[in-house]
Amino acid sequence: MTTATPNPTAVASTVILNHVSKFFGRFPALLGISSTFAQGEVCALLGGNGSGKSTLLRIIAGLARPSDGSVQVAGRIGYMAHSSMLYDEMSGIENLEYTAALYGIAAREHCVKAMQDVGLDPELPRLARDYSQGMRQRLSLARAILHDPELLLLDEPFSNVDTASAAQMLTLVEQLKARGKTIVVVTHQPELVRTLADHSIVLANGRIVEEKRGRA
Amino acid sequence: MSILTLALVNLRKDLRLEWRSRDTLNALGFFALLVVVIFSFSFDPNAEESRRIAGGIFWVSFVFAALVALNQAWARELRNQVLDAYRVSGASPAALFIGKAVGNFLFVAIIEALVSPLFVIFYNLRALGSSWLLATVFLLGTWALVINGTFFAALCARTRSREMMLPLLLLPISLPAVLAMVEATTALLTGEADPGMWIKLLAGYDIVFTTASLMLFETVLHSE
Amino acid sequence: MKLALVLFIAVTVALLGYGYYQGMHAAPTEQTMGHIQRIFYYHVPSAWTSFIFFFINFIASIWYLAKRNLKADALALASAEMGVVFCTIVLVTGPLWAKPVWGIWWTWDARLTTTLVLWLIYVSYLILRRFSDSQQTPTLAAALAIFGFLDVPIVYMSIRWWRTQHPQPVIAGGQGSGIDPEMRFALFANWAAFLAMAALITWFRYRLAIGEQQVEEEHRARALRSQLQEVR
Repeated sequence: MTTATPNPTAVASTVILNHVSKFFGRFPALLGISSTFAQGEVCALLGGNGSGKSTLLRIIAGLARPSDGSVQVAGRIGYMAHSSMLYDEMSGIENLEYTAALYGIAAREHCVKAMQDVGLDPELPRLARDYSQGMRQRLSLARAILHDPELLLLDEPFSNVDTASAAQMLTLVEQLKARGKTIVVVTHQPELVRTLADHSIVLANGRIVEEKRGRA
Repeated sequence: MSILTLALVNLRKDLRLEWRSRDTLNALGFFALLVVVIFSFSFDPNAEESRRIAGGIFWVSFVFAALVALNQAWARELRNQVLDAYRVSGASPAALFIGKAVGNFLFVAIIEALVSPLFVIFYNLRALGSSWLLATVFLLGTWALVINGTFFAALCARTRSREMMLPLLLLPISLPAVLAMVEATTALLTGEADPGMWIKLLAGYDIVFTTASLMLFETVLHSE
Repeated sequence: MKLALVLFIAVTVALLGYGYYQGMHAAPTEQTMGHIQRIFYYHVPSAWTSFIFFFINFIASIWYLAKRNLKADALALASAEMGVVFCTIVLVTGPLWAKPVWGIWWTWDARLTTTLVLWLIYVSYLILRRFSDSQQTPTLAAALAIFGFLDVPIVYMSIRWWRTQHPQPVIAGGQGSGIDPEMRFALFANWAAFLAMAALITWFRYRLAIGEQQVEEEHRARALRSQLQEVR
């Protein structure tokens, strides 16, 4: 089945990290991170609290600038984090329509489809603040993929979420991978992405302590 | 999507959100009312005097009321990190700013329109000068407060003591505009002076700071 | 470099001494106010000097935003502090002058009021610098500095109109009032002295700010070096 995508010029997506360091004052959040993510690859970013995973994801997303080194990203970016990045007093579909406007997407059908893809009812008039945690995460994911990005950055998408929602999101991520998206997932739960990840990086104290390519 | 169209989208979004919660309008309205009443107790003027001081009292009340509204200007965007999503999308920062500023302007203007009759009643006012000019002063003055207030609210969004920082930054820079608003309003209420120079000053102030805000907002948005 | 600095210090001290002599002794005594008027030689040049340093802060802030050079930010900080110091001198000498002459501490005289507003604007700048997250401080402060300086002419104009509509006693003898050439000479001599002193202190303050930046930079460089060693 082919559908007209809102992103007609698909670009080969790669991420190149070249000795990326990030300091907050004197505190080294990241030190000398170098790696690449090829198109279509799923990479798991693992590590304990404060290891720098979220900071690295933010730098790749363009939300923070590296103190040293460089980042190169090709392709459009979808970003999902612990905060929902949604307006509490708008319904699911209203939130997605707003996001669509930011990307210049006019067709309402994309928003409807995105909600269906994550297993939510587009007609639901309930406001986002009344969604359960699982529903909110799924809506946030729908928001992140709405504009059909080549690169998806997910920061702990499955944490604090009921198993049904987590399974739903995982299925969607598998589908996205099958469509050739590059996906970087920060997670505490390596088992969840073990089947998906082609590449894994373990961070500790801002450094890469382990990097593996190929399925576990 | 052009900047203006996206600005309209942002404006409609803010109006819709405000309508559903009415946080800002309620706080603003009630605060403005309180200030009017407190001033009425503090200054008990006769008709002649009241015309002379009403302008000052009105604008002082509204500067403080506007601060209450402006402190919340970006609250919804900050609450769930919506600003991050906006930044990642690459959508025009100017459109975000214009939408937000116009929204705030409408909220403050609505409350001004609702509270002004109270002033007329409490102070037995009747404008001796032109009402159209008075309306112009209100519009230009409100814009002066809101445009800088929206910008500085974004500036302080991630500083310590955010609620305290906003008035600290906004009030000194707004002083010439407040002076102009008060002088022009007083001139129009008493009919004793020509408000022309003050209105021109306000217009100039509005142009300068609207331009500066539009030019620098993107820098502030991405300042992390 | 060191020699130039020593020479400049010497010149500054000499100018300050000469300015003092001119203001306190050589200049003629004002006929109505007497010796108290001599505070004029501190009051007026301080105002001019603070304005110049706020202008330097403006330029440094623009430079920072254009080039993201932290040296520009250090200069912005140093010059803003200097400007505030001289504003404070104006605000203190004003009442010291007004009380004996007019019997009141404060008149909403145009110069004094403008200086008060500038003082408030730039103190708010310094407070923003202190309260903001150090990552963002240079950018946010630069934006505020630009707004503040754009306001300066507007503040000046608005207060002058205000004073023409509601005249008040003028502390510094008015804008166009004729001034005795010897007094004018003393005025400019003191201004030169103040500029030199301000430039000197700003230079030291700037060096201090640069030093603080360098300490932070060294901490980061060490963290980076240790990381590189571990990799090897």
